[in-house]
Amino acid sequence: MEHTLISKPDFDTQTLEVSLGPQHPSTHGVFRMNVVLDGETIVKLKPVMGYLHRNHEKLAENMSYLGSMPYTDRLDYICSMTNNFAYALAVEKLAGIEVPERAQYIRIIMAELTRLVNHTLLIGFLLNDLGAFFTPVLYAFREREKILDLFEEVAGSRMMCNYFRFGGVKADLTPDFLPRVKELIQNYPRFLDEFEALLSENEILMARTQKVGVLPKELAVSASITGPMLRASGVPYDIRKVDHYSLYDRFKFRVPIGEHGDVYDRYYIRVLEMRESIKILDQAVKEIPSGDVISKVGAGFAKAPRNFKPKAGEAYGRIEAPKGELGFFVVSDGTNKPYRYHVRAPSFINLTILEDMCLGHKVPDAIIILGSIDIVLGEVDR
Amino acid sequence: MKTTEEIKTDLESKTGTSITVQGEALMVPKEKLFDVAKYLKDTPDYQMDYLSSVTGTDYKDGLEVTYHLYSIAKKEGPVVLKTKTDREKGVVPSLTPLWRGAEFQEREAYDLVGIHFEGHPDLRRILMWDGFEHYPLRKDYTQEDQDRNPEQF
Repeated sequence: MEHTLISKPDFDTQTLEVSLGPQHPSTHGVFRMNVVLDGETIVKLKPVMGYLHRNHEKLAENMSYLGSMPYTDRLDYICSMTNNFAYALAVEKLAGIEVPERAQYIRIIMAELTRLVNHTLLIGFLLNDLGAFFTPVLYAFREREKILDLFEEVAGSRMMCNYFRFGGVKADLTPDFLPRVKELIQNYPRFLDEFEALLSENEILMARTQKVGVLPKELAVSASITGPMLRASGVPYDIRKVDHYSLYDRFKFRVPIGEHGDVYDRYYIRVLEMRESIKILDQAVKEIPSGDVISKVGAGFAKAPRNFKPKAGEAYGRIEAPKGELGFFVVSDGTNKPYRYHVRAPSFINLTILEDMCLGHKVPDAIIILGSIDIVLGEVDR
Repeated sequence: MKTTEEIKTDLESKTGTSITVQGEALMVPKEKLFDVAKYLKDTPDYQMDYLSSVTGTDYKDGLEVTYHLYSIAKKEGPVVLKTKTDREKGVVPSLTPLWRGAEFQEREAYDLVGIHFEGHPDLRRILMWDGFEHYPLRKDYTQEDQDRNPEQF
């Protein structure tokens, strides 16, 4: 947005530097924005990060391949299942491990449940940033709890699931898992309707979010923006459709895209994506075959992870995580530890254009623009 | 989508660069990296409009940067580019002028591996603090708690 400094000949004006964060609820963790304000308008904004940096990549280079699996949970701690998924996919590509069909279905069910968790929570927190303190978040948490119960049932943990193994998943579904998912997907649209009735046409929400933080199509593509952010700007790019990874080809679902690329579109695209996820879940629970949940090779290495030595080479595995493209680049030198392990984190890269979106807006707008990017600092800082 | 070999032959004839194929990746000399990347981005045959990932790697004989390019317009990819530079003063051209998405990723590679990107608009440390002296993802970097036996994990 165009902006010129206010110039009044009769008195001096100067800009004001404000450091937003790192300890501030609106930053969703420990994240800082160095903002230069002219009056109330943002004229410059520099994100500062790294407060949670623990050199995840170096840690992974010093342990067995499977040893990093629980660490990936802690990247984007809202979506541990999809983090596991991307890492498993990369290593399976590297070592050429096949995954049984039932395991593929389980993976897709988990990934889509994770998408529901993430998007529900994001909308709750976005409303928090808008000033609707904690009522929408509690609605969102109520639904999220039901999905976390399901995760706990299969993985033993609610958030740090550590459920995926190379060549499959850790354990088979419990007998009452699928009936509970069926119940959940019957009730979820009703919750979304309720959420939408309160929010989608809410006057305050529309006034605050429409035409705010507009991200043009060309900039979004050039800045490597992925996920709901990219699609809200009107680019139909979904890795589930493009890469045909796992068994996503078998499922019928649509890729919703936005029109304006503003905060409202980014809110609404998530609601639509949740409805599509429910469709995928519905098909998956109906069609899931019986059989093994981990291949023989994979089961062997899950028992003895230090014997797992993929032949020298490299592989890049990527998935459509709820926040965007999550990719793992793994280089093997033939030993039982990865020579190089790199995480392409969507939250981190989506922050590239934070400044571009905030220029010309006011501070409270910057807060919701940041909220609509959907960052988790565990993944930004790694 | 063309095979890696076909892309190699095409790039060699169009940009006058000698390229070696390493698995799926194309190893491009750093002097020609920008031209090759620009060609891949602008030619309608490829339209690599999306730079997915930038990775710096320390091989003991030099530093390597790996770029994963995809085409959103044609829904194709990846084309993997690589380039090599010295360990002491590793300089490669920045691709930020072509793809804004390289901005933070190149800063990360500079911060953790110590690769200098020439032409980057704002090359500062991004995850480590200013004034930190080492590059933690280099293989010879020793951590403060290095005395612990990594085998126990």
